[in-house]
Amino acid sequence: MSLKYDNDSDFHAKLIADVLSQYPGKAAKRRSKHLSVATSEKDAGEDPNTISECEVKSNIKSVPGVMTIRGCAYAGSKGVVWGPIKDMVHISHGPVGCGQYSWSQRRNYYVGLTGIDTFVTMQFTSDFQEKDIVFGGDKKLEKVIDEIAELFPLSNGISLQSECPIGLIGDDIEAVARKKAKEHTTTVVPVRCEGFRGVSQSLGHHIANDAIRDWVFDKKDLKFEPGPYDVNVIGDYNIGGDAWASRILLEEIGLRVVGNWSGDATLAEVERAPRATLNLIHCYRSMNYISRHMEEKYGIPWMEYNFFGPFQIEASLRNIAKHFGPEIEDRTEKVIAKYRPFVSAVVDKYWPRLSGKRVMLYIGGLRPRHVITAYEDLGMEIVGTGYEFGHGDDYQRTGHYVKEGTLIYDDVTSYELEKFIERIRPDLVGSGIKEKYPVQKMGIPFRQMHSWDYSGPYHGYDGFSIFARDMDMAINNPVWGLYDAPWNDRASAVAVA
Amino acid sequence: MPQSAEKALDHAPLFCEPEYRQMLAEKKLNFECPHPDQVVSDQREFTKSWKYREKNLARQALVVNPAKACQPLGAVFAAAGFERTMSFVHGSQGCVAYYRSHLSRHFKEPSSVVSSSMTEDAAVFGGLKNMVDGLANTYKLYNPKMIAVSTTCMAEVIGDDLHGFIENAKSEGSVPRDFDVPFAHTPAFVGSHVDGYDSMVKGVLENFWKGTARTEATATINIIPGFDGFCVGNNRELKRLLDLMQVNYMFIQDASDQFDTPSDGNFRMYDGGTSINDVKAALNAEWTLSLQYYNTRKTLDYCRDVGQAATSFHYPLGVEATDELLMVISEISGREIPEAIRLERGRLIDAMADSQAWLYGKKYAIYGDPDFVYAMARFIMETGGEPTHCLATNGTSAWEDEMKELLASSPFGKNAQVWPGKDLWALRSLLFTEPVDLLIGNSYGKYLERDTGTPLVRLMFPIFDRHHHHRFPLMGYQGGLRLLTAILDKIFDNLDRETMHAGVTDYSYDLTR
Repeated sequence: MSLKYDNDSDFHAKLIADVLSQYPGKAAKRRSKHLSVATSEKDAGEDPNTISECEVKSNIKSVPGVMTIRGCAYAGSKGVVWGPIKDMVHISHGPVGCGQYSWSQRRNYYVGLTGIDTFVTMQFTSDFQEKDIVFGGDKKLEKVIDEIAELFPLSNGISLQSECPIGLIGDDIEAVARKKAKEHTTTVVPVRCEGFRGVSQSLGHHIANDAIRDWVFDKKDLKFEPGPYDVNVIGDYNIGGDAWASRILLEEIGLRVVGNWSGDATLAEVERAPRATLNLIHCYRSMNYISRHMEEKYGIPWMEYNFFGPFQIEASLRNIAKHFGPEIEDRTEKVIAKYRPFVSAVVDKYWPRLSGKRVMLYIGGLRPRHVITAYEDLGMEIVGTGYEFGHGDDYQRTGHYVKEGTLIYDDVTSYELEKFIERIRPDLVGSGIKEKYPVQKMGIPFRQMHSWDYSGPYHGYDGFSIFARDMDMAINNPVWGLYDAPWNDRASAVAVA
Repeated sequence: MPQSAEKALDHAPLFCEPEYRQMLAEKKLNFECPHPDQVVSDQREFTKSWKYREKNLARQALVVNPAKACQPLGAVFAAAGFERTMSFVHGSQGCVAYYRSHLSRHFKEPSSVVSSSMTEDAAVFGGLKNMVDGLANTYKLYNPKMIAVSTTCMAEVIGDDLHGFIENAKSEGSVPRDFDVPFAHTPAFVGSHVDGYDSMVKGVLENFWKGTARTEATATINIIPGFDGFCVGNNRELKRLLDLMQVNYMFIQDASDQFDTPSDGNFRMYDGGTSINDVKAALNAEWTLSLQYYNTRKTLDYCRDVGQAATSFHYPLGVEATDELLMVISEISGREIPEAIRLERGRLIDAMADSQAWLYGKKYAIYGDPDFVYAMARFIMETGGEPTHCLATNGTSAWEDEMKELLASSPFGKNAQVWPGKDLWALRSLLFTEPVDLLIGNSYGKYLERDTGTPLVRLMFPIFDRHHHHRFPLMGYQGGLRLLTAILDKIFDNLDRETMHAGVTDYSYDLTR
């Protein structure tokens, strides 16, 4: 589905000028670099898929005192990359809060016995007290690891997720990790993901990837027979079962998924990744680092794919199949053909209810671009999009997806986002929990596009019908018609009577 | 293909489909390298044993599934209870994202908080520049009447001096000289969210009271509710009771409107809360009552220091605790408790008498903040129930003593055990080795419910997996009815679930109870 529409560039440029005028001078200057309107692609010939350009400054510090929606490096490492690896214990090393607030808040679905051989929806913390700050926490950390070994003997490894004080007081968690790994003959991974590092959760992803490279790969003799169609799925955290809806499809076209990173993943799946023949990466932002490393060191190529909505699913499946040759390509065409009637049925059902509806997005990772075509598959239009923690290459890739005139906002502040929403009055906003309720108070339908509002999966064909259903139930909900009390319009009520 | 366009199968039914079952089984078998089934089931059984319990309770360093959060969360919640107040957390910004999400997920409401967004350079040079720029931006963009500053552990470890920084920021014109910027140091490695609440409320009071002389004490009573996930229902219910009594009172810190704004097309960044004028006037009140002692220890001392009489309760729930609250208020205000309230009381007693047989002798495990656990144990004993395990991760030895005194006051507390400083993984062992009929606490208890089969009554904070509970009061006699009903519903639902297998357990699946 390639929907043809343009957005109102002039109106959006004026909106940007209006919100910037409300900032103090210094902050206005800093924020102005993060806001722009997508322009048409000057070099369309180079890449036929590119339809516009959206250049903004990104991956730089947030302005203090304004409400940024960003998280921190710890959130990127523990919350996103490491946390879902299910058979390891991930210690939130430092004070109690970070582990508590990230406890069971991402829906990384898994199957396993929690507390016995699986530990994702638990909060392990060294619960730093004042004396640990003063005297250092390494001794306590050693004891924490010993106690884990005793009480959770079936855990297959431990990661140490550093909170802010660890780096500030200079604890040597690497030394603790080495010592305890030897003593307990297990994997212990120190991760220097203190929250003050970097400007958002993004650096946490990078640090987490580096820790996999340095502390997991090539550490064991693996008993594993690789096959010709072995792939790793990288950067799918299995929110609401996304990775399962993707895996079932990849298996259907004849591939063998040897590792699911990191939703429903085990340490074994991560360890064996260097034996696969291809890395399929969904969340480029969080996992491109390790994919590049595996390419350099092990010669494993990597490929981005997008399993949101049938247009991208088909394109991605064909692209993946091409890598493996005719046998897989044939199977893939059959699979695509098999799902076509299902896709048509979904689109036929929802298009009349959703076409022409305008959507604004503000999310993290890959979704500010990847979900765009899924909306367009249903006839919906994207008026604005942006990343919490995107980098320049994310915005370059976004150009492949957005139409001319689309409002682009990087590290948008809640103030800007609210003003944009108020003036544009889109039919739907897709963002996170912190944005959900202000938007709904304004009478505008909303979907949480980090957690799918506890619905899902959204990936793959099985996910597409849930995605379509969810957008319909948000937008066409009767509640939006009840916001105005009828007596506000008493004169006309009397007239009707 | 299990999915269809006509009826989209959500995650729960979708993953029960045979295709997915098979896929997951094969994934496990071929790629996960699981431990042998026997080893897993042996370990599972072992974790239910007394031997495991001993090891588990002997833990000294590791904390697993604690029932407490960190100080700044309490400070942010406290600030939300003052008129047009923006919370400004000095430190790295990720913390603020967590506090906002946590509060939003519980209340299903917006939570507006800003950060000074400190990064590595601030770790080296200090966060003064972030404070100067940050306060200027907050003041200009969000039009607050007050900015309440608290700290994260990062700012505390590097030793940023809030008072000095705020003075500096004022000198540089970030906010006008006379603009109110109360502050509280709230290191995450000291105490818990209840202490953060205490520090912030005290910080606000000091900001307005310091250096001001008390004029002659008026008869007004200050009421400090404490950190309360049910503030929406509770504060409104208490105001209704106090209005019925025609008492002259003032809530210091009231987040009930802030966390319950209407949907009518406008987003209100600020709503309700104690006004600055009221906070100023509150200095002259005769009395300050705290509804939660452990949330307000420093604040209460401060109130006494300025010359007020002060007393506190432990989250007053149920009959006798509500009686006490009303009698104290009656005594210090000189107002009678009206007949209407006596009738409400009688209706709660009536309900308790009607349901007594279902509650008598039931055993409970209660966990949460110290004041709540105290209150709940007291109410359970009023219903003839036995609080068997009373656990507060942020409970102190003083709390333990108070609990023991309470439990000793009733024959129903005879077999109770008090667990200060323990976490929910410890409670898991307690529930396996010394089981109870019902578990009372926040949403995190659902894993205990699954593991041990103990039905969970969701109360307090956070409640993420049920909607709107916090809109109904727990305090007062009406709140007592709500509590009673919540417990009874759980008991009846559970009995039905255990006896609803047709042809097998038809007995006890009764219509009339």
